[in-house]
Amino acid sequence: MSLYAQFQALDSSALATGIKGSLWLFPAIEAVHLLALALLGGAVLMLDLRLLGAGLIRQPVAAVERNARPWLIGAIATLIVTGVLIGISEALKLYDKDAFWVKMAALAVVLVFTFAVKLPMARRGVSGLAAKVLATLSILLWLTVAMAGRWIGFS
Amino acid sequence: MSSFTAWLAATPWSIQLHESLYAYTLIESAHVIGIMLFVGTIAMVDLRLLGLAWRDTPVSQMSARVLPWTVAGFILMLITGLLLFYAIPIRTWHSLWFRTKMVLLIVAAINIWIFHRRVERDRALWDEAPLPPRGARISAAISLSVWIGVIVMGRMIAYNWFDCDKHQSTFVYTAAGCSTYPKDEF
Repeated sequence: MSLYAQFQALDSSALATGIKGSLWLFPAIEAVHLLALALLGGAVLMLDLRLLGAGLIRQPVAAVERNARPWLIGAIATLIVTGVLIGISEALKLYDKDAFWVKMAALAVVLVFTFAVKLPMARRGVSGLAAKVLATLSILLWLTVAMAGRWIGFS
Repeated sequence: MSSFTAWLAATPWSIQLHESLYAYTLIESAHVIGIMLFVGTIAMVDLRLLGLAWRDTPVSQMSARVLPWTVAGFILMLITGLLLFYAIPIRTWHSLWFRTKMVLLIVAAINIWIFHRRVERDRALWDEAPLPPRGARISAAISLSVWIGVIVMGRMIAYNWFDCDKHQSTFVYTAAGCSTYPKDEF
């Protein structure tokens, strides 16, 4: 089955028609997506600020990473679940939008970067220039996801 | 207030902002980034006070090192929020969601005031305690709930279910101040 056909199937799935047919379900999912975004902001910033030499500078980098991680994972999981629900309720519309694919690509990059590079290096107590580069990349990548997401409404 | 919002809505910049495609969206995006900075950092402090996170970090460290970023986020929220109101003054003023959001903001302010005046006074005694005392936990729970409410109410302003230009129940009509809503607007 082609990718387009899969998106077509998603768009007409029972879940998608259920969300589209409900007055309040879509706004409710959107609201949870926004709440998870706030949590993501906090969890990402606590570690990125520390890596930049701001925020909780008296705590070791590894301790900040350990404290932030469960909230980061919780926020990302909630964002993905609510994001998928939002996405399938307008799957065919999204398929044709470049901004959607840019957002998905940026999201894949930032997730791999976060869990394969940034967090492991933070656990080993990365410091100095390397730490600052990690935090800057992290913030820029997340902003790319956010801006591409906002751009979906226009393209 | 209704004549003020009518005057505000008629100012050239308000009309330009309302009709602009990119400026309004850009401000809206900055408002959402502000949420991530403001509510994101306040949530971390509240989770610490609840004993759910950052248990090995002194509460004083969270206050001294994290709250300045919360304040920065609040300034961003306030500026972008005022601009969003300025772009659509009449409809926003008569929005039930917006009015509820404003009431919640007042509750949040009172809660912060009580926290600083009373709850935080003996902080030195429990600064490093993984689980802060009941008063601090209650304050943090109120804070988290209110900010969740503020975000949800803010998101709902976009939906027109309770707008004054539709037929509304007596409760909504009264609460949204529909009697002073100009009939020819939007």
